[in-house]
Amino acid sequence: MAEALTPHLSALLWWVPLLPLMAGGIIAFLPDARGRIASKLAIGALFVSCLLAIGALVCVLVPGTTHVPSALTWFTFGDVALKVGLLLDPLSAGMAAMVTFVALWIFIYSHGYMHDEKRFGRFFGFLSLFCGAMLLLVLSNSLLLLFMAWELVGLASYLLIGFHFEKPSAAAAAQKAFITTRVGDMAFFLGMIWLHGHSGTLLFYDGGNGLLESGALKSLAGVTTFGGLTVSAAASLLLLAGAMGKSGQVPLHTWLPDAMEGPTPVSALIHAATMVAAGVFLVARAHPIFSLGGDTGIALTATAWIGAITALYAALVALAQYDIKRILAYSTVSQLGFMMVALGTGGVAAAMFHLIAHAFFKALLFLSAGSVIHGCHGEQDIRKMGGLRKAMPKTFLAYAVGMMALAGFPFVFSGFWSKEAILHSAEVWPGGKGPFLMAAAAALLTAFYMTRQALLVFFGIPREPGAHHPHESPAVMIAPLCVLAAGAVLLSIIGTPLWPWFEKWLHGERAEFHSGAFGGHGAMGLLLLSVVIVTAGVGLSWMIYRKISGDSGTPDPLSGKLGGFWRFLENAMGFDAFYGKFVIAPLAFFAGGIDALEKLVFVPLMGLAECVLKLCGAITLSTDERVINGGFDGASTGLRQRADSTSRSQTGRPQGYLRAIGPGVALLLALYFWLSQQS
Amino acid sequence: MTPLALLLTLSSALFTLGLFAVLTRRNAILVLVGIELMLNAANINFIAFWRYGPPDPELAGPVFVLFSIAIAAAEAAVGLAIILMVFRHTRSTDLNKLDSLHG
Repeated sequence: MAEALTPHLSALLWWVPLLPLMAGGIIAFLPDARGRIASKLAIGALFVSCLLAIGALVCVLVPGTTHVPSALTWFTFGDVALKVGLLLDPLSAGMAAMVTFVALWIFIYSHGYMHDEKRFGRFFGFLSLFCGAMLLLVLSNSLLLLFMAWELVGLASYLLIGFHFEKPSAAAAAQKAFITTRVGDMAFFLGMIWLHGHSGTLLFYDGGNGLLESGALKSLAGVTTFGGLTVSAAASLLLLAGAMGKSGQVPLHTWLPDAMEGPTPVSALIHAATMVAAGVFLVARAHPIFSLGGDTGIALTATAWIGAITALYAALVALAQYDIKRILAYSTVSQLGFMMVALGTGGVAAAMFHLIAHAFFKALLFLSAGSVIHGCHGEQDIRKMGGLRKAMPKTFLAYAVGMMALAGFPFVFSGFWSKEAILHSAEVWPGGKGPFLMAAAAALLTAFYMTRQALLVFFGIPREPGAHHPHESPAVMIAPLCVLAAGAVLLSIIGTPLWPWFEKWLHGERAEFHSGAFGGHGAMGLLLLSVVIVTAGVGLSWMIYRKISGDSGTPDPLSGKLGGFWRFLENAMGFDAFYGKFVIAPLAFFAGGIDALEKLVFVPLMGLAECVLKLCGAITLSTDERVINGGFDGASTGLRQRADSTSRSQTGRPQGYLRAIGPGVALLLALYFWLSQQS
Repeated sequence: MTPLALLLTLSSALFTLGLFAVLTRRNAILVLVGIELMLNAANINFIAFWRYGPPDPELAGPVFVLFSIAIAAAEAAVGLAIILMVFRHTRSTDLNKLDSLHG
């Protein structure tokens, strides 16, 4: 089947992103009242594109399948032809299949979750746009097309985070997400132009002339620019800045926790399949450029360190949060940091495996959190929950699977193997042990805070029993949870060191089953270390939070021990305050100055201009009225009077006419005879 | 006077009489009568020129007159019908009152 499909693939591949985009476009023209059709349209379109994406994945499953690029010229500008196209290789096919599959279940879940929403149809339109843009992004064969899809993803996330725009906090969060990622996008754009300036192409693969193929790479590495950086390193750093904005890396991460203002399925989509995966995907896609400077080149070193700092920072902050979704948000930031560590230390396969595994269990966690919030009538504070295990057994099970996958519980969960692969890649990195140690600490904290959250939400007794009666969610919301939970577990099969199928496949090799994987290079030790880390995290948390008080007002047991540091963590280490003081305040001051300038200078100037224009208008008006109108009026009045007097001769009486004709004929005859006699 | 001159004088008188009636009468029926007089003056001319002119074995003059009389009869019928309709409309046959086409 794969062979039969391959020739049609480049044409069929376009439909993968096009179908959701078209569904979004059609929904945009549906009235809000037709929302039920909108959800069916969106789910149907995504289902077909999911089938296509899985078909494409099957086509490249054969090891050694090379890239299937396609390119068509978008426009020609002088001598420069800008080409766009789609690319099918293991990386893009895997991502597309994951995005469509996870998003499909999130769509189905949304159908239940957003049931009472009055802008139901619009929500599905935005979701479709979001998904279509992300699919275009992962399948793109051109940095330009990728950038366009990247911006579309940003737009869709803005629309969805601000979906409840009548809430001021949601509107502010949407703006924050848009503007913060814009900082990174600017760097991405500059890097893209720079690459184009040096290589003359933005296509990734183009039969030997592409950006990621040896010719262009050689020329990029050969040119040095200011500070002794090669162009490739400089452009990589700019692309990295773009990825940092999109993937919520420190210091551009502040928008991601605020993005929780969006409806929960949106959070799941942003955190799992679409938005934040884009940055990691970009670095993975452009990895040949990043790695031009060697394993310890500046671009890769920066990636690894930023990832490590982010992973540790977000794991620390997540300790001290109370909002169920905020904890998950910080855990996403932290996991994205892990992926960056893997990319920086050369483990592209580890990063992509963690990305896909993370998509499954993070979507699962967010959807379970949504189910919890749905069941608790909108309550999001974990201090007010507790004991939900009995009221929502199915949700609890799904949540437990997601939580253990995220915490990296040994052996049966995908999160364990992907995190282990990342730690392995960081450990063998020649550039230093810093990122490895920080990532290991972050892994410990991850296990800790996830256990804390699970204990506070599902165990113990309900801390505010009178406030709400929790209930289990409907089947349309539970079914996606089951599928995603199965995925979070089953994915671990393809990523274990015993049978590293995924890693080999990404590199186009065939996987061998080798039982000696744990023998060499201290791999067994690392595996043991992972197990110890997770067990320690879970155990510590269990000891501290096992006997939590039944009163929702009781402070967190850790807050007393940590004191000021706890409050520091609770405020997310003051990033927002810092930006408020040193970025927003100067900008606001500047904006105030501009405003004053406008009021004092431009408004009077415009007033003056208005007066002059009004005067001119008045002069023109009077000229028009008096000279031109008057002239024509006078002429036509005169004509009419003349016509009146002349028309009086037309009496309407035939006898009168005859009386005039008679003498006339006589006169003419006389004239005729007289003239004929003259000649 | 020759007989031809006498007949031409008679027809001229008849034509002038008819024209006078057409120009001066107010009653539409009398105008129609005037028109008939003018037609018959022309008929007299046809017959007179045929009778006293060069010999004509094909009887062109009487044939013309026969046609002319037939046309006059048809014209009188149409004219009277028009006058009848006008009378039904306006309750009058006074031509001076039928001046709705005036300027």
